[in-house]
Amino acid sequence: MNNLLEVHSVSKNFGDFTALNNVSITVPKGSIFGLLGPNGAGKTTLIRVINQITMPDTGHVLLDGDPLKNHHVKDIGYLPEERGLYKSMKVGEQALYLAQLKGMQKSEAKKRLKMWFERLEIGDWWNKKIQELSKGMAQKIQFVVTVLHEPKLLIFDEPFSGFDPINANLIKDQILRLRDEGATVIFSTHRMESVEELCDDIALIHQSNKVLDGNLMDIKRQFKSNTFQIGISPNNTNLEQELTSKFSVSPAEFRSLGDDLKLNIKLSENESSNDLLAYLSSKGQISHFVEVIPSASDIFIQTVQNN
Amino acid sequence: MNHLPLIIKREYLTKVKNKAFIIMTFLSPLIIIGLISVVAYLAQMNNNKERQISVLDQSGLFQDIFKDTQNTKYTILENNVSLENAKTLVEEKGNYGLLHIKKMDSLNEAKSSFSFYSEDSPSISVISNLDNIIEKELTNINMNRLGVNPEIIKTSKITVDIVQESFAGEKTSEIDSGIKIAFGVAAGYMLFMFIIIYGNMIMRSVIEEKTSRIIEVIISSVKPVQLMLGKIIGTSLVGITQVVIWIILGSVLIVVVSLVFGIDLSQINSPQQEVLQQAMQSSGNGMDKIQEVVNAFFNLPLANLIIAFILFFISGYLLYSSLYAAIGAAVDNETDTQQFMMPIILPLILAVYVGGFTVIEDPHGTVSTVFSFIPFTSPVVMLMRIPFGVPIWQQLLSLTILIGTFMFTVWFAAKIYRVGILMYGKKPSYKEIMKWIKY
Repeated sequence: MNNLLEVHSVSKNFGDFTALNNVSITVPKGSIFGLLGPNGAGKTTLIRVINQITMPDTGHVLLDGDPLKNHHVKDIGYLPEERGLYKSMKVGEQALYLAQLKGMQKSEAKKRLKMWFERLEIGDWWNKKIQELSKGMAQKIQFVVTVLHEPKLLIFDEPFSGFDPINANLIKDQILRLRDEGATVIFSTHRMESVEELCDDIALIHQSNKVLDGNLMDIKRQFKSNTFQIGISPNNTNLEQELTSKFSVSPAEFRSLGDDLKLNIKLSENESSNDLLAYLSSKGQISHFVEVIPSASDIFIQTVQNN
Repeated sequence: MNHLPLIIKREYLTKVKNKAFIIMTFLSPLIIIGLISVVAYLAQMNNNKERQISVLDQSGLFQDIFKDTQNTKYTILENNVSLENAKTLVEEKGNYGLLHIKKMDSLNEAKSSFSFYSEDSPSISVISNLDNIIEKELTNINMNRLGVNPEIIKTSKITVDIVQESFAGEKTSEIDSGIKIAFGVAAGYMLFMFIIIYGNMIMRSVIEEKTSRIIEVIISSVKPVQLMLGKIIGTSLVGITQVVIWIILGSVLIVVVSLVFGIDLSQINSPQQEVLQQAMQSSGNGMDKIQEVVNAFFNLPLANLIIAFILFFISGYLLYSSLYAAIGAAVDNETDTQQFMMPIILPLILAVYVGGFTVIEDPHGTVSTVFSFIPFTSPVVMLMRIPFGVPIWQQLLSLTILIGTFMFTVWFAAKIYRVGILMYGKKPSYKEIMKWIKY
C-alpha cells in the first residue's frame, strides 16, 4: 500500500449548504501533501472528516488501507487553525494531559516531552502557565503536542501563522525531519511560498469541489505556457516591433545591469526554445534567457478564477 | 479508548486548584457564620436590656399581677396621680414606658381602657406580653364574677394530639408532619441550589474551552459526548467536595463561635417567634417535645428517603446539567446565554413553588402528583412528597420517566454540543440549534 490516506468521494451537507461535494484525494506515504483552496472552500471540513470530528454523509476514508475507526485517533496528529490551550493550566501538565488523551502512557509522554522541549529550546517552560506565554510560544507547545505521539499522519492547518521567521524556519525544519522519519504530512495553508518549498503533491478545493490534484511538478508542467523571459541589447532599434509581429510578446520585469530590452515571449506548440534562442542571437547580445515556470500562486489564482 | 476518567480528573483538579474556588470554599462559611454571630450577638444585647415600666392603675383591678422578670421591672404608681403627672414623672425617670389603666365601671369597657405611653414606639414583644398578662387576669376576674371557678376550668382542660394512621397502619402525628415538611423542603431546595450553582459552572467551563480555542484539539482525540459527560461528572464532584467542606467547616465554626464567644446561635429570635414561644410556654414540657421530634425523625421512611434522595438528586442534576452544557456549547460568551437560560430556570422555579406550597398543603393531591411525574419538576417535587409516603410504584415510575428524559436530553445536548463547540462568532437562534440536531 503506497497511499497512507485515501478519501473516496466524500460529501457533506450542513442543511442546505454543501461543504464537500464528492471529493476524493490520495496522499502517498511519506510525502508532504498540500491542501489548498480559497477561504470557505471546504478544506477544514475535509480535515475534520479525516479526524472523525465530522461524519461524512456519503463516501469513506481509508487510513493505511483500513476504514477509519475510533482507534485511529492515535495515528493522527492534528494542529487545527483555530487552536488554543487551557489558559489556567501549566505547560507541562497540559501537554501531558493532551498526550494521554492520544493514548500515551504518562511516563512515556513525559520522556518524549522533555526531549521535544529541548529540541525546540523551551525546556524551562514546564511550570509556566499558558497565560504567561506569548502567542508564538503557545504555538510551539501546540506543535509539540501535535507530533508527540509520533502519529503516522500529521495534519497542519496554517502551521506558521503567529511565528516569526526564525521560529517558522525552526518548525519547517522539524516538519521536514518528521517526514524523513517516515511521517506523512497534510499541510493546509494560504502561504504559497511554503507550498512551493515543502509540498510534493497538492489538491486544490474550490467551492466544495476538488478542482485540481496531483504531483506539484506535474501540475507545473501542465500549466507551463511555453513562455520565455528574455533580455537582449538589440543590434537595430526595430527589434521590438519585429518580435511583436513574429511572436506573442508582453513586457517583462526583472533586474538587470544594462539598459536591455526585457520581454516575455510566448511560443506556439511547434516552436522550440532553441529556435527562439538562435533567432535572438542573430539579432543582438542576449543577457537573459529563462523559461517562465508557473508558481503555485499563479496556478492557484488561475484555477480558482477559471472555475 | 475510554478517556472519561482522565477528563473527569482534569476537570476536577483544575477547578479545585483554582484560587477563586479555594477562596470561595473557605471564606463563605466564615462570612456566613460571622454574619449570623453578629446578628445573634446584637439580638442578645437587645434582649438583655432592662426595661422599666411604670403602671398607673386607676381601676384598682390589678394588684400584683405585674411581676418583675429578668428584663422587665414594673413600678406601680400611686393611683391618685393624674395621667399628666405620671407621664412627666416617667419621662423624667427615663423609664421605658407607662401603662395606663383607666377607671372602669364594668368589664365591658375593658377593650378601650388600656394605653401605653413611651418615648419611641414600643417593642412588639413588650406589648404582647402586657396584653397576655392583662387578658389572663381579666378573664379570671370575669369568670369569678360569672360564678365560675378558674381552677376548675384549668383542671378540666384536656389536650389532644390526634394520632393519624393510614389504612396500612403507618402512624403519624402533627410533629411528624413538621419534620416531613422540613425534610422535603430541605432536599428540594438543596437540589435547586446545586443545579443552579454547578450547572452554571459546567456551562462556563464549556464556554472556556470554546473561547480558548482548545476544543478542536481535544475533540480530535475524544468523542464530544465523552468530553461532555466528563465535564458534567467532574464538575459535580467539585460541587460535592465544596458542599462537604462547607458542612464540616460550618459545623466546626458554629461550635467554636458558641464556645469561644458564648453566643447562643439559637437565640436569634424574631419578635414573632418570641410571641409564639410565650403562647406555647403553657403547653407541654421541653424534654417531651425533643423526644417527640426524635421519634418523628425515626418514624420517617428513612431507607426509602435516602435511596430516593440519591437517585432523584443524581438524575435530576444530570438532566439539567446536560442542558447547561448544551447552552455553553451553543454560545460564544456568557452574555449570550441569557435567552437560553429562561427555559431551564422556569421549570425549576415552578418545581420549587409547587413543592413549597401545594405539596405542603396536600402532598397527594392532583397537582402535587402530576408535577411529581413531569421530568423537569419531578426531582424537586417528588423529593418533597416522599417523606409523606409515596407508593413505591409511583416513585419507580417517576424515576423511570426521569431517567428516560435524562438519556434523551444527554443525547440531545450531545448533538448540540458536537456542532456548537465548532461554531464561532455568531449568536445562534433556536431555529438554527434545531437544525444542528440533523447535522
